[in-house]
Order: sequence, then structure tokens, then C-alpha cells
Amino acid sequence: MSQDNGLLVDVRGVDKVFKRGAEKIHVLGGLDLEIPEGEFLALMGPSGSGKSTLLNLIGGLDKPTQGEVHVAGKRIDKLSDRKLASWRARHVGLVFQFYNLLPVLSAARNVELPLLLTRLNSKQRKQQVDTAMTIVGLSHRMKHYPRTLSGGEQQRVGIARAIVTDPTLLLCDEPTGDLDRKAGDEVLELLQTLNESQGKTIVMVTHDPHAAARASRTLYLDKGQLGEEPIE
Amino acid sequence: MKYLRLILSNLKRKKLRTTLTALSILVAFILFGYLAAVKVAFNQGVDVAGIDRLVVRHKVSIIQFLPESYKDRMLKIDGVDLAVHATWFGGIYQKPSNFFAQMPVDPEPFLDMYPEYLLEPEEKKAWLETRTGAIVGRVTADRFGWKVGDRIPIQATIWTKKDGSSAWEFDLVGIYEGAEKGTDTSTFFFRHDYFDEARQWGEGNVGWYYVRVKDPERTAEVAAAIDAEFANSPAETKAEPEGAFFQGFANQVGNIARILMAILTAVFFTILLIAGNTMAQTVRERLNELAVLKAVGFTDRGVLGLVLGESCLLAAIGGLIGLALAWVAITYGGDPTNGAFPVFYFPVRDIVIGVLLVLFVGFAAGILPSIQAQRLRIADALRR
Ligand SMILES: Nc1ncnc2c1ncn2[C@@H]1O[C@H](COP(=O)(O)OP(=O)(O)O)[C@@H](O)[C@H]1O
Ligand SMILES: [Mg+2]
Repeated sequence: MSQDNGLLVDVRGVDKVFKRGAEKIHVLGGLDLEIPEGEFLALMGPSGSGKSTLLNLIGGLDKPTQGEVHVAGKRIDKLSDRKLASWRARHVGLVFQFYNLLPVLSAARNVELPLLLTRLNSKQRKQQVDTAMTIVGLSHRMKHYPRTLSGGEQQRVGIARAIVTDPTLLLCDEPTGDLDRKAGDEVLELLQTLNESQGKTIVMVTHDPHAAARASRTLYLDKGQLGEEPIE
Repeated sequence: MKYLRLILSNLKRKKLRTTLTALSILVAFILFGYLAAVKVAFNQGVDVAGIDRLVVRHKVSIIQFLPESYKDRMLKIDGVDLAVHATWFGGIYQKPSNFFAQMPVDPEPFLDMYPEYLLEPEEKKAWLETRTGAIVGRVTADRFGWKVGDRIPIQATIWTKKDGSSAWEFDLVGIYEGAEKGTDTSTFFFRHDYFDEARQWGEGNVGWYYVRVKDPERTAEVAAAIDAEFANSPAETKAEPEGAFFQGFANQVGNIARILMAILTAVFFTILLIAGNTMAQTVRERLNELAVLKAVGFTDRGVLGLVLGESCLLAAIGGLIGLALAWVAITYGGDPTNGAFPVFYFPVRDIVIGVLLVLFVGFAAGILPSIQAQRLRIADALRR
């Protein structure tokens, strides 16, 4: 999976500019980021510093204004939208702050969603869903609808959906941001386990130093640049 | 089909809204079915007209008579195979609203001219043997519960009898069936010889003629020859193909059909707005969810397909049930006027048009919202 240099993610000289009307917002400027395979990286930084933006670029949800994004040896910022969609389906698992489960689908059906895009038949899909739900400890909640689950449970369903395709990379945007300490800890533990025992490469955006402490490395984003230390 | 469940669960999201939208589509398609049936009822004469048959009437108007003697002169014209006459009787059975047509004809050549009226051989025989005999089509017989052997009293409005009474009586000797679904089986036929002898006035005159030509290719030519034969006589004729004759007839009621079409158009325009609004709302409510689908790998076009599929499914649920209900009601419930229409059925052609219309409604209602969904940018929608 990794490139020759052992990097799973290689972001080079990336600029990201948003246009809001006539106004231009420079969010990232000449940003570089290298993530080796198997790393659990925490991204911190003030609100509005561009953490989500960076995560979106790595996950192929958005494209940089300038610069290159390589993931698992493939340059993704030049892919067509269509190719990028199927690339995401295969390589990226996403976990969101507000879970983003579809309220009309049961937990199991939510987890199954990314598998609909594969060639698996319904029996194989069910098997994968079972496995993912077991990993997150919710095999007893398969038929429950999101609104009947607690926040922590919903987030674990979100994680099951993210890992069900066995993606190359797990991207989490403030996964504990909406949870209390206890539920948050459970989610962090789960991520840590996925990283340590399954070797999943994880990038997690967080506000919470306590959460970042679970990661193997923490980087700070500010003024469009990444640094090793928080900037006061 | 794995996406069908996803589409269905989205429809179930707001059950009331989905139900109301589907219901309005359903009602529109029931209306569509009825209007289609009414339209064939109006046009049936045109549709079943024989291509080798002409109608010859008085040049001035259908209500002026032609001499009975024209028959032999027509038969001498080159290309004419058969000529039979008919006359409008215009009587009333019990009450005016029980309308159906009655005509005196010559049984033998008339049945020869109209093979689409199926009569049992013994019934035909009975008609030829009974001077006061009459036959009627299945629709009217069933409408009034008549059976062979019944005596049918008809009150004349035009034709008083020699004895000054206007009460005519006929012996029902046969009930004919239509050879095809569209065949008009509403008319009541009785014998011209009985009619001619019993009527107080107009003896030797008939209403119009049906003429069969030998070669359908030469219909126009023969029609011209007939009109030429009677040109400059006291009763000049106008010969035209049966289809054109019925068309003229249908045009008089055609305005009604046009009004019905206008109503239908308005109704469909309205359900397009209703369904379109439902789809626009449902997409607006779930921009976030659509973005999540894209984030997990659904393509832009895939998301477009999901929304369009949802719209088509919504239209299909309402529309197909509506068409089915219309079919059942028309086929088993029958003619809402209780028999004033000569035929009343939901033609297969219009069912097919209905199904296409269902798809069109689904497509038209869903296309703009689905394009909106297709264009949705993940990063924007997820920030919300
Ligand atoms: N799609 C967008 N359109 C316009 N501005 C955006 C968009 N996404 C992010 N921004 C702006 O970019 C900056 C960084 O946003 P974001 O990456 O969400 O920050 P963070 O996740 O660190 O809080 C903010 O000022 C935000 O307003
Ligand atoms: Mg953010």
C-alpha cells in the first residue's frame, strides 16, 4: 500500500483558497504533511484554522487550489470527480462529529451503505456488516434506528460504517466533539485498538488534548501551516 | 435492486407527505383513465368505421330525406357493391333519458353490410320472418334487461302511425354481439317494410344510405360518381367515407372532449407542481445526507439516480395504482351514464400512454431536485 518512502499520505505545498463572493479566504498556504503507514495522527488547532479543510483534501472530498496530494502512492488531486468518488469508496473511511447517519436506515443498513457500491452480494455484505458491528461492540444493535441509540453508540455505528470496507485510511473529524467524557473515551479506545491491532492509519481532528494524547503524534495547524508545537 | 430499499426508506421518511403526493397522482390517473374511456366513447364511430363503406346523405343536411328509389340507381354505379338505407326513428323508451338510437333497415342487406354485428342464425331467421321483429345490441339489452321474446314499446317523436298514435311496439327477436371491443352494440334495428307501411307520412323516403364499394382504394372515386349521379336532382347527395361521416358527428361532441383534455392538462400540471415540490423539499431537507452518500463514495450521477429514482417510484406508486383502479372501475363498474355511451372501456393504447405519462411525471418532478443533488459539493454541504 505504501509508497517507496513508506508514506501513506504525502501532501506537498498545498494551498487552499475559498471564495466567498468577492472575498478570498486563504485557509492553507504551502502546507506539507507526511503520514507514514500505520500512524495515528492527531490534528489540533483553533477553530477555523482549516483542520476540516485539510482532512477533506486528504480524503478526496475536496481539491486543493494548488499543490499535490498523494495517498497510497496515487496522486488524487487531479482525479475526475467520478474517479475520485470510487477512489473514496475503496480507500477512505470517514467519521464525523455529528455521526451523519441516515435516520431512515437501521444501524446495520447505515453500515452497509458503502458496501452497496461494491460487487458483494447481500450475504457477503451482511457478513461484513456483522464483523464491523462486532468490532465496534454493537452486534446487539443491528436493527436499531439512529434516533434510538445514544450519542456514543451512534458514533460507533459511524465508525463501523467507516471501517466496513476495510479502507486504507480512516479520517475522523472531531469524533468525540459531541460526546461526553465516558462515551468519548470509548470511541477513542476503539480508534486506538483499530490502529494498534489492525494497523489502520488514522488521522483525527480534535480540540481536546486528552483525545490527542491517544494518538501516536500530534500536529498543530495555524495560519495555514502545520507545526509540532501549539502556537500561543 | 439493492438501491431500491434505500429509495424506499427515503420515501417512508415523511409518510404523510409521501401519501398525500401519491394520492394526488393517483386521483389524476383515475381521471385520466375515465377521460380516455369517454374519448373512445365519443370517437368510436370513427375508429370502427369500415374503410370500404360510404355514407350517402342529403347534400343539405342529414335530417333531409332521400328517395328510396336511389338504391337501385346506386347499385348500377360502377364500383358499388351494396347499398342499404337507414332512417332516424328518434323514439323514446319509457323516458327521454333512456336514450339509444333506433333505425328501420332492410334486415338481409343490412346484416350483410355490417358483419361486425353478430347475430345467431336462428335469430336472423326469426327477424326475416317477423314483420314487427327488431334486434338490439348487447349493451342496450343488458341496460334494460331485455330478453328475446320481449315486446318493446317505443314512443315516437317524429313518426306517428297511420292510426294517429305514436305508440309503436316491436317484438325483440335477437340480440347481437359486437365482433370487436369497439363495436357499438347500442342501436335498436327494426324492419323498414313494417315502418314504411305503418308510418303516416314520408312513405318512400329514407334517411341516408350506406354503400359498400368493391375496391376500398376507389372509395373517393365512387363517392364522386354517386354525387354526380344525383346532381341537379331535387335531392342532391353527399357521399363520404363512413369514417369522415362519424368524424363530423364526433366533432359536434368533440368540443366536450377538448374541454376534458384541457381539464386533464390542468390536472397534470398541478400534480407536476405537487410532486415537484415534494421532491424539491425532500432534497432540501437532506442535503447533508446526500453529501454523506457522496463522501462514502457514491458518484454525482449515482446520487442523481437515487433522487430521480425516488421521484419515479413516487409517481409509479400513485400513478400505477390510479391506472389500475381506473381499469377496474371502467371494466367492472361500467359506463357512468348507464348506457348512453355506445362503448365504454379503457383502451390498451391509452393504458400504455398512461404508463409513459407516469414515468414522465416522475421524471419531470424529479429532474431539477436531482440535478441539485448531483451538483452538491460535499465540503459545502457537510459544513452546514
Ligand atoms: N466550503 C467552504 N466555503 C467557504 N469557506 C469555507 C469553506 N470551508 C471552509 N471555509 C472557511 O475556511 C476556514 C477553515 O474552515 P475549517 O476547515 O472548517 O476549519 P476548522 O475545521 O479548523 O474549524 C474557515 O474560515 C471557514 O469559514
Ligand atoms: Mg472543523
